[in-house]
Amino acid sequence: MQNHSLDNKEYERRLFQRRMLVALFVVAAMLLVLIARLFFLQIIQHEKHQALSDNNRLEVLPIAPIRGLIYDRNGELLAENLPSHTLSIVAERVDDMDALLAELRQLVELSDDQIELFYRRLNQYRRPHDPIPLKVKLSEEEIAVLAANRYFLKGVQVEAELIRQYPHGEAFAHVLGYVGRINEQELQELDPGAYAGIRFIGKQGIEREYEEVLLGKAGYQRVETNARGRILNVLDKQAPEPGANLHLQLDRALQQKAFDLLEGKRGAIVAIEPETGGILTLVSRPSFDPNLYVTGFPATLYNQLRDSPDKPFLNRATRGQYPAASTIKPFIGLGGVDGGYTTWTKTTDYKGEFQLPNDPRIYRDWKRGGHGETNLTDAIEESVDTYFYDLAYQMTLEPIHNILDQFGFGKNTTWDVYNPAVGINPTRDWKKDRHGFSWYAGDTVNLGIGQGYMLTTPTQLAIATAVMANEGTWMTPRLMLYSNDESLMDIPEKAQPDIQLNNEENWARIHHTMEEVLYGQKGTARHVAYDAPYRFAGKTGTAQVAEIQRDENGEAVDDVPDHLKDHALFIAYAPAENPKIALAVVVENGGGGSSVAAPIARELLDEYLLREPTNAE
Amino acid sequence: MLSDFVRHASRDSFSATPGFWQRIHVDFYLFLLLLVLAAGGMVVLYSASGGDWGAVTRQSVRFGVGFLAMFIVAQFDPRWYQQWSGALYLIGVAFLIAVLVVGSGAKGAQRWLVIPGVIRFQPSEIMKLAVPVMMAWYISRYGLPPRLKHILGAAILLAIPFVLILQQPDLGTSLLIAASGVFVIFLAGLSWKIIASGIVLGIGSLPLMWMFVLRDYQKTRILTLFNPESDPLGAGWNIIQSKTAIGSGGLDGKGFLLGTQSQLDFLPESHTDFIIAVLSEEFGFIGVMVLLALYVAIVIRGMVIATRGRDNFCRLLAGSITLTFFIYVFVNIGMVSGLLPVVGVPLPLVSYGGTSIVTLLTGFGILMSISTHQRV
Repeated sequence: MQNHSLDNKEYERRLFQRRMLVALFVVAAMLLVLIARLFFLQIIQHEKHQALSDNNRLEVLPIAPIRGLIYDRNGELLAENLPSHTLSIVAERVDDMDALLAELRQLVELSDDQIELFYRRLNQYRRPHDPIPLKVKLSEEEIAVLAANRYFLKGVQVEAELIRQYPHGEAFAHVLGYVGRINEQELQELDPGAYAGIRFIGKQGIEREYEEVLLGKAGYQRVETNARGRILNVLDKQAPEPGANLHLQLDRALQQKAFDLLEGKRGAIVAIEPETGGILTLVSRPSFDPNLYVTGFPATLYNQLRDSPDKPFLNRATRGQYPAASTIKPFIGLGGVDGGYTTWTKTTDYKGEFQLPNDPRIYRDWKRGGHGETNLTDAIEESVDTYFYDLAYQMTLEPIHNILDQFGFGKNTTWDVYNPAVGINPTRDWKKDRHGFSWYAGDTVNLGIGQGYMLTTPTQLAIATAVMANEGTWMTPRLMLYSNDESLMDIPEKAQPDIQLNNEENWARIHHTMEEVLYGQKGTARHVAYDAPYRFAGKTGTAQVAEIQRDENGEAVDDVPDHLKDHALFIAYAPAENPKIALAVVVENGGGGSSVAAPIARELLDEYLLREPTNAE
Repeated sequence: MLSDFVRHASRDSFSATPGFWQRIHVDFYLFLLLLVLAAGGMVVLYSASGGDWGAVTRQSVRFGVGFLAMFIVAQFDPRWYQQWSGALYLIGVAFLIAVLVVGSGAKGAQRWLVIPGVIRFQPSEIMKLAVPVMMAWYISRYGLPPRLKHILGAAILLAIPFVLILQQPDLGTSLLIAASGVFVIFLAGLSWKIIASGIVLGIGSLPLMWMFVLRDYQKTRILTLFNPESDPLGAGWNIIQSKTAIGSGGLDGKGFLLGTQSQLDFLPESHTDFIIAVLSEEFGFIGVMVLLALYVAIVIRGMVIATRGRDNFCRLLAGSITLTFFIYVFVNIGMVSGLLPVVGVPLPLVSYGGTSIVTLLTGFGILMSISTHQRV
């Protein structure tokens, strides 16, 4: 036993030794592989690597692609790239930054804002050896002065680069958005390969929405440089691919006109081609100059704009959410009559005051004493509130929600509008979740005149108007017209299913009521269509902001502070028999929809329908 | 000299009166080699960190801690490790589970366990020692060569930490830990048939690994290895720059502190994982060969200690620690010179960084314990 165990131990020892010997051979073989590899790199390929490294360093320099251009529907440039000389500093090569900047101020005009912005960028995380811009758009004279002094200015560079320009400035600031320098946070998130050599990135609007395709693909060149970084020889080069050009549905002239019409106001205008869903105009005012984002916003101006109560950075057309007010009436009226909750002949007369059964609260009409006996056509023409209080009460919430949903309220139906707000098309569950209360009959009554919980953006309102003009046929509301990048043209035909009425004749009749708003004897906007060589249809809306004293026509009696005045709304489409354009106008605290918003719409329709045809199409 | 080197650990030399080194349980040659390696490594680190004495000082503190741990660990008889192997293993597994639940880390990986204000460590480091100890204990219980059911048992013991570390995810470390366990089974006399079929199976499962196990960033690293020029500014940058650094060093290098690649910041991670590129650039082929010779001497010394081990447990454990150490060297140099994908393995005892130095020196402490506690 003892013997056997000893034998066994000896056997195990020998087994281990043999295995260790095998391991030793494997270790030796692996060692040889390493030595061979090092020998190959250091002895055989030494000269090649020496050339790459030693005095003539091999560098891979990215070549920034040209950002795609943006045009309007007639081929007018909306965003382009212009050459600019930029003064920048490679911080790693500077010993005393303050002294250098002081020296530069002797040569070139530099504002305190520019110096401050430079220091802010200096202290942010960035790619090592990346030049930090100090001043863009140098003049010829400044370039010459800097060139003459370049030996005394270590680390200073003057580079020619293409920078983004928005020739139409403020008018397109919200819809196009803008590019700005890549900031610290973006730098950490984006793909360094795709953005090699690129300093700008789309931040808002179309520039952001289509960033990936506008960007293009960076090229690179492999260069030999000497110790001072001068390029001696380009070894190999891959050209960059320019970004895709975008042709938008926007109409430059119409957009500019809309922008001018909102001069001095706060508001938004959205116009759509009903047949295609193409967005012709998307304006928000007040605005800002997007070019300042490219060249660097002076801090004082930026702070002033940011803190302004008028919120110029807010895109009211897509992010501003307003009560639809009376502009909602044709939509609810259509839903009500088609759903059998009222008829074209039924009349009501509440003498200007509507009450729910067993509820003392009085829902007043905008007109004291009411409008007399009115049917649905009258109710839209004259914007009779009590008729719609009653109709909404008859319908209850769900059918109203349903028809509004079919018209695209409360959701995003746009294809490529950047970051739109969705508004609110309320449901019982929504109110319970949001406010913790049940839905009351009174809420439905208020909804009947587009007040209360419902909110819409001007964009949604314009889309709904376009679908109304189309007799319920949907399209995909979008900014894209066409692009040389085919993949962008893969756009669904419809954003959602067409609206099917129980009685198709109701389309013609509801259209008639909207024409009566402009042509009827009592139409709320009867003065607006006067003399127009085309026929159009519309609806006014006046959204209450606060309880204020009103006269018998609903107009404010006293001098009311601006921010408490009503919002003025107007929706319209034209020509009535074959709609080419549908639009929504919202003027914040503008007063009455018929007096303020409707005339703006008229001027826009004139511009679009009556101007000399452009030769582009 | 050489014969003395080999003989020192032989049983004969520990006859009646044990010498000074044996009394303090330090293997003299191993200790000497480790000291030389540490000192040389610090010279390279001084250059790689751009002449930063702070980095060198912090590194020497870590070596101090590491050598102290080595000295303490060497005092215990190997029997002690045999007894506590199961507990060590279970604690390690518990920590690994904890790290997946509450661990913290960067870039989507959870590797660190933090007890705020007390300590911050990677539980996978414990497993680098716990796995070979556990495997050596388990295999040596049943005698050599291991039978099939014990091989399967060992495979399960190995699979648990492997899968847990893979989840962090840390493919490099999990593979290295798996290797340390496989070495134990191999040294125990795993039959060649099983080894051959294992290799065939391993190669066969590569496509499956590619499709289901590897994460995107791991695939990128592998693809970059084959064609670094495909993305010269992104993923290929490290490889291109480290190959250039190594190659431009030539036979005798550019001289201490004169490597342009490393001193001009072309070489990323120059003081951690890629430090061998700094050595190669500044001291050339000759410098790397000296370093490799040091590593080989340590490995051979470890093999001698393993072969002279008093029982199966000691031999298997010492063998596994030694071979794993070599694998670290191989993987690091292979990855920096563009033979292997970049997996984040530091160069043992040279790269800047605390945990790996302490773990490695603790492992050498176990080797010294085995070498200096001969007879019960």
